[in-house]
Amino acid sequence: MLTDLLGFPPQVLFGQLLLGLINGAFYAVLSLGLAVIFGLLNIVNFAHGALYMLGAFAAWALAHFLGLNYWVALFAAPVLVGGFGMLLERFLLRRLAGVDHLYGLLLTFGLALVIEGVFIKLFGASGQPYPTPKALTGGINLGFMFLPWYRGWVVVASLIACGVTWYIFEMTKIGAYLRAGTENPKLLQAFGVNVPLLTTLAYGYGVGLAAFAGVLAAPITQVSPLMGSNLIIVVFAVVVIGGMGSIMGAVVTGLAMGLIEGLTKVFWPEASATVIFFVMAVVLVLRPAGLFGRTA
Amino acid sequence: MNAVSGHNHEIGGAHAAERIAEIHISDLHAYYGESHALHGIDLTVYQGELVTLLGRNGAGRTTTLRSIVGLIGKRTGSIRLKGEEIIARPPHAIAHLGVGYCPEERGIFASLSVEENLLLPPVVAGGGMTVEELYEMFPNLAERRRSPGTRLSGGEQQMLAMARILRTGANILLLDEITEGLAPVIVDKLADVLGVLKTRGYTIVLVEQNFRFAAPLADRHFIMDHGHIAETVEAGELETKAHVFEEYLSV
Repeated sequence: MLTDLLGFPPQVLFGQLLLGLINGAFYAVLSLGLAVIFGLLNIVNFAHGALYMLGAFAAWALAHFLGLNYWVALFAAPVLVGGFGMLLERFLLRRLAGVDHLYGLLLTFGLALVIEGVFIKLFGASGQPYPTPKALTGGINLGFMFLPWYRGWVVVASLIACGVTWYIFEMTKIGAYLRAGTENPKLLQAFGVNVPLLTTLAYGYGVGLAAFAGVLAAPITQVSPLMGSNLIIVVFAVVVIGGMGSIMGAVVTGLAMGLIEGLTKVFWPEASATVIFFVMAVVLVLRPAGLFGRTA
Repeated sequence: MNAVSGHNHEIGGAHAAERIAEIHISDLHAYYGESHALHGIDLTVYQGELVTLLGRNGAGRTTTLRSIVGLIGKRTGSIRLKGEEIIARPPHAIAHLGVGYCPEERGIFASLSVEENLLLPPVVAGGGMTVEELYEMFPNLAERRRSPGTRLSGGEQQMLAMARILRTGANILLLDEITEGLAPVIVDKLADVLGVLKTRGYTIVLVEQNFRFAAPLADRHFIMDHGHIAETVEAGELETKAHVFEEYLSV
């Protein structure tokens, strides 16, 4: 039955779909962080790729200098990098509140260049290896394809991160503050909510998500200073397709775009690098606010 | 209603010196960018009083409320709430002195359900109403508690905007045009609610266009014009000072 699907061996098809799903999981977690940040700060966080890279480097440094394993890094790196993000928000980004969005873009883009430049200077542009955690080496033969445990874990962990974020936003009091703060931060503050603090926390959380994705990526991609800038351009396209500021939109669009990219690799490999930008162009023509975006 | 508030006023008037100033504003200037919106407001509201800010559009009534809650970026002078100077405090700190603000546009959050909107503002003092009490006061909200906030009718949105600040324990209420665009039956309902709040000792500042709504409830009226307080009219002087209303309020 599964020997041939549309003339392609199933191993190729499912292999690419799995790769697509993994890429989609990264797109989902990164665009989710961007959506959280955009909601409260109204800033398109161009430093997101660099902060994702910092997450991977934090995992590498924790292992290299302190001997801490992957599982510790999975929690510690997002906390460390998220804390660094909160300092950035408190002392740099906050000064841009109320001025044109363009300045936020310039500042975060500049930060990304500085952070990446520093790491290239320190470590060179080539990557540091990061081992796959022992418990997740090897894999399982599903009959139609081979599933490496670690790849499966990346998808599961990403979905957990998205689920936790959705729960926080939709089911908790702080989530109600975050949604209200996205709509009308001034009124929320007049009700007695410390919106500047909430904004710092939201930025820290979005950055923490990026760092979490960075740790997940470390065993797959190697830890290199430019790992983020390669990925982030696609993530911005995903965000444009999904629409800014929608939690579900970011997750669904991220996974869907990963799968579309994977499928394209099977059927028309030459187009796989551009298919997401093609979808973006179509969406921008038909629904300028994005698939899940609300027109303000 | 008229007789009752007139009576209250006489008691308050006789003991004016002993009354506690809940809001004490002096020489308040406020600016929107380059535009100078308030030109030195002096205003005192005593505990348990209901006062109105009357005037034409652009007279500075909304700006006065927004200045008190800290939503006007540039303001100078002095605003004391319960004796504390707040001119330099951030908005979230001001709310915790017990201020509840109902903005003119109502400010119901579209991405929150009715109940989430109701539970949103943090409790700022003890003695707020419970959710059950509020649903009793505004039964329509109980029926629609799961609906998104902006699916409500204008009247229901106004009731929600009122209800959510009554839950917080705030006892200084700043209410901006709460009857605007509402059906008479809803306006009557709001008048009943304000009557109840008065008996419970809330201090209320009402920005209002609907003078017939405000007159039976208020102890005093501040008439604003071009960013100034032009006149103060006590509840008992409505007839003798009728010319003031003619002068400042007629279009």
